[in-house]
Amino acid sequence: MINFGFSISKPRTIDIDRNNLHKSNEIIEAMPELQTCIGCGSCTATCTAGNLTEFNFRKVHTLVRRGEYQGAYEEMNKCMLCGKCRLVCPRGINTRGVVMLIKRKIGDF
Amino acid sequence: MKRSSWTDYQKEIADNNYYYARSCIRQNFFPGSEKAFLNILSKDLGRDIYDDPLHTSCTGIGYHGDIVPLETIMTVVARQFALMSEAGYENFTSSCITSFGIYTELLATWEEFPETEERTRENLYKATGREFTKPKNLAHTSDVIFHHRKEIGQKAKRKLINTYTGEPLKVVEHIGCHYAKIFPKSGIGGSEFPYVLAGMVEEWGGEIVDYPERRHCCGFGFRNYLVQANRGYSIANSHRKLESMAPFKPDFIVTNCPGCSMFLDKWQYTIAEMEGTTFGQNGCGIPVLTYEEMAGLVLGYDPWELGMQMHQVDVEPLLDKMGVEYDPSAKYLGVNGKYIGKPKKAIVNSRSKETLYRIKR
Repeated sequence: MINFGFSISKPRTIDIDRNNLHKSNEIIEAMPELQTCIGCGSCTATCTAGNLTEFNFRKVHTLVRRGEYQGAYEEMNKCMLCGKCRLVCPRGINTRGVVMLIKRKIGDF
Repeated sequence: MKRSSWTDYQKEIADNNYYYARSCIRQNFFPGSEKAFLNILSKDLGRDIYDDPLHTSCTGIGYHGDIVPLETIMTVVARQFALMSEAGYENFTSSCITSFGIYTELLATWEEFPETEERTRENLYKATGREFTKPKNLAHTSDVIFHHRKEIGQKAKRKLINTYTGEPLKVVEHIGCHYAKIFPKSGIGGSEFPYVLAGMVEEWGGEIVDYPERRHCCGFGFRNYLVQANRGYSIANSHRKLESMAPFKPDFIVTNCPGCSMFLDKWQYTIAEMEGTTFGQNGCGIPVLTYEEMAGLVLGYDPWELGMQMHQVDVEPLLDKMGVEYDPSAKYLGVNGKYIGKPKKAIVNSRSKETLYRIKR
């Protein structure tokens, strides 16, 4: 391989055709109400961990549903499981359950 | 919108008497194309075209690279127009898409802001003692070929047909951003339904591939390429296009713009050397042709006379498919049979097994 002094930049787009959606489908199967998420961000806005760190629950679970698992487990470990997000979710999604489910399914993917 | 929407975007193209402005980078990378254009126009079609040795670069690369100021480029362009009037021509045709974009942009600027035109006239007079008149008709050279496509089709010695199967060749066309994305009205088919190259291909027997990233940039982008650290971004754009067209198994790519032909061709080599991926169905790269080369092949020109030995991706598989007779031993012989040197062996031409097409399947 020749070193040209630069590398091919990776695109930042999410290609669902290419991503492995196996785990994502398992998560949706186990918690179908996650599909009703409207992405309002109330969970993130009220998140205690998000207030102190870069943790963004909405972002992470959306990425996981699209098959982008890298780093999701480490991110979810920042959650303190206080459950405030569950109180504000307009769709009544068991968000704390989603955190646990993602950690269980993905592990250190 | 319908597929026929391109017909809403039409423009006047002069039929004869052209003043020809060359491109600065084209003669290095695709050296036979401009000569082929002049030959096709003057010898095959019997049109009058003037190739002026006095004209200069339009400085478009410097302008888009932020090192040539607007005032300067306006004066340089005004000088080109002055040379055109001095030579007794009114129809300006440029070989380069960037130049074409520049000419269109500056004519529109002078129209909208007449004071800038006055200032340019003054600058030109002070610098060179010349005065200019604006061209009556401005066309890119591909517009000129498009305009004569039926006549070329009638004189065709070969068609864009796969002689092994009798099927039309599958062609990917790329019009180049500065052709119609700056001023959609100035390009045939506008920026959404580019028809200038598609019209030629369909007229000469080929079939156009309408793939998802058809309108994506080739990756040139001036500053994105000129700075080495940014080239990863430039090549990523070409990668995206090539990746998107590969499953459609195109026989060749035809491009409108000097930069696009260069990047879609050379980056295939770079991608193959960097990650071992090739995009053609035979395990090699996809040949990239300029529209003049395509017209030249259709009119029966010798591929080595068209400068096709200078391509990074070998064109022989395409020539075989088209049934073009050529002498393989004459490939690297230049004018008067002088040996011009041979490139090193490259992955892009050596039938790699890791083709994207196979991976996708």
